[in-house]
Amino acid sequence: MQTGRSKLLLLAPATLWFLAMLVLPLMVVFIFSFGERGAAGGYVPAFTFDQYMNLPARFTAFKNTLVLAPAGTLAALLVAYPLAYFLAVKVSPRWRLILLVMVIVPFWTSILIRTYAWIFILGGRGIPNLLAYIGIEDVRLINTPFAVLIGIVYGYLPLMVFPIYVSLEKLDKRLLEAASDLGSSPWRSFLQVTLPLSVPGIATGCMLVFILLMGEFLIPALLGGGKVFFIGNALVDLFLQSRNWAFGSAVAASLVAIMLIIVTLYMRLIMRGHRQNDNVGIF
Amino acid sequence: MPDNNNPISRQKFIDELLRYKRGSVSRRHFLGVTGLGMATAVMASAIPGLRAGKAHAGEIGDRVVLATWPNYHDQTNFDAFSEASGAAVQVNVFGSNEEMLAKLQAGGSGWDVFVPTNYTITTYVDADLIEPLDLALLPNYQADAFDPRFSDAGTVNGKVYAVPKNWGTTGYVVNTKHTGGKALTSWKEFWDITKTDFSGRTMVHDYQLTTIGNALKYFGYSFNSVKENELADAEKLLLEVKPHLFAINSDYQPSMRNGDAWMSMCWTGDGKQLNTDMPEMAYVLGKEGGEIWSDYYAVPKGSPHRDAAYALINFLLDPAVNAKEVKAHGYPVADSRTNALLPKELLEDPILYPAQDLLSTLEFGAAATLTDPNRAELLARFKSA
Repeated sequence: MQTGRSKLLLLAPATLWFLAMLVLPLMVVFIFSFGERGAAGGYVPAFTFDQYMNLPARFTAFKNTLVLAPAGTLAALLVAYPLAYFLAVKVSPRWRLILLVMVIVPFWTSILIRTYAWIFILGGRGIPNLLAYIGIEDVRLINTPFAVLIGIVYGYLPLMVFPIYVSLEKLDKRLLEAASDLGSSPWRSFLQVTLPLSVPGIATGCMLVFILLMGEFLIPALLGGGKVFFIGNALVDLFLQSRNWAFGSAVAASLVAIMLIIVTLYMRLIMRGHRQNDNVGIF
Repeated sequence: MPDNNNPISRQKFIDELLRYKRGSVSRRHFLGVTGLGMATAVMASAIPGLRAGKAHAGEIGDRVVLATWPNYHDQTNFDAFSEASGAAVQVNVFGSNEEMLAKLQAGGSGWDVFVPTNYTITTYVDADLIEPLDLALLPNYQADAFDPRFSDAGTVNGKVYAVPKNWGTTGYVVNTKHTGGKALTSWKEFWDITKTDFSGRTMVHDYQLTTIGNALKYFGYSFNSVKENELADAEKLLLEVKPHLFAINSDYQPSMRNGDAWMSMCWTGDGKQLNTDMPEMAYVLGKEGGEIWSDYYAVPKGSPHRDAAYALINFLLDPAVNAKEVKAHGYPVADSRTNALLPKELLEDPILYPAQDLLSTLEFGAAATLTDPNRAELLARFKSA
């Protein structure tokens, strides 16, 4: 029996949590974004659009983020999909658990330390040094967008692997047998059966990685040498260096707005794809 | 009554330890009954830095949080302090004074002691973020032993808010293996060579004060300039140089050591540390001038372990302890008592104590330089360009 009262009671904790931890802080950010910087930093109440007018000063940071976050997501997908496929379809169950644990194990160490390790791998004494042995001289990897991309793929791989793994793992093998019985080549079966059925996993993985990447600052700071600048780095600087809370809030509010637009469009696209798939099923 | 001449039996010690761990007895009872308290107290009294004030065993808490700069302390000193006082030293390392200020302004930093630079102290006092020091708790601080050039900034409106730690200069370090034996001498060369032979090999600080200040020096302007047209020139230079930089990062030692970077803006002690390990690393003060600075110890308002904070500062100001610090990090001190304990080679080292004609052109950073919003925004534009 569900009375209105018990429904309210059940919803209360989540609602309170959202109000206190999400809505209120966002309101503060929104209000601050119309204020001004204090003389020694911080925030002074005001009502001005100056902070929003000043946004073009961070154009490059927005651009870098909007290029490298999707690129990083795509790269992570390209690396993660074959791995997830291998784990879900090819590996014997006896090994599966061990291999899955090996994907998670790096997560037990701080991302800071793992990213720091890449500084040495990509630095002059790492990979470039090995390349020099085989005659490829003067390769510079560290502090480039490419280094940041490698760091992203490494850091976010498990977030992409697991959703895809789950969607592939519950795939009904009989569908593949049926396809093969009807004369479909393995490649065609993959493209027309496996891939479409793993779309929910891909969609979830991409969403997880992309949203987190939009706010990323650690990897570009360490592997980009302060030269590959994300909007997350701009925010860190605005709050921790120049102490311009008002402008920082305007940048943060804009980032939230951009994310809302992108995620909404993305969801629509996925939903539509789904509906079409369902229609195909009905026919 | 415990017989003090007979040491506690093994079994009894374990029993007491377990009781203490269960929380059945207080720490004080445990230390008393096992004799550990006495032992610690005796050991503590053997270390001069800990004898004074309230800083004796077990009474200052189990922890003291220190916010400081990279490569700036001798870990064995911290170990000795912890062993004697029971307070573990928890070190937080920062990259810029702005970051420290931002943390304190935001509140809840949890710091007990921090290390502000000369030009920040008036800002902290104005914002009511640091407390006037209770000098009775710092018997090792003897004002007249310090060179006033490097201790003056600690006193604001006649009250002592901070006591001197070290002083130094901001120059640059260059790996002379890559200059063809040529010695560099100026900031003009620093920026020019970055655009040519050293492209992709130079590092600048992630810090507006020094990076903008030393770009201003290219044009012969003041390190502290906040004039719009002069800052515009500096910005133009910085944007022009940016594609040629290896990194914008104040933690330059690792990259200099492994050979990825060939030249970097550099503080005295880092220059000394690099030069000691790799003689080809030369520390250069630009002949146009640049920065001279002094760092201080201060206690933030509302420090959670205030007693431990004073005990730690007092300990580090002990001349014997301070001399060990200098030998480890290579930054000079303004304390004549400490200098008396240092070897002659160190006191004559040109990295620590540059020649007078180089020193005389250097400027102390000004409070307005750090808090100037235009300089802060300039560096942010440079980084996000």
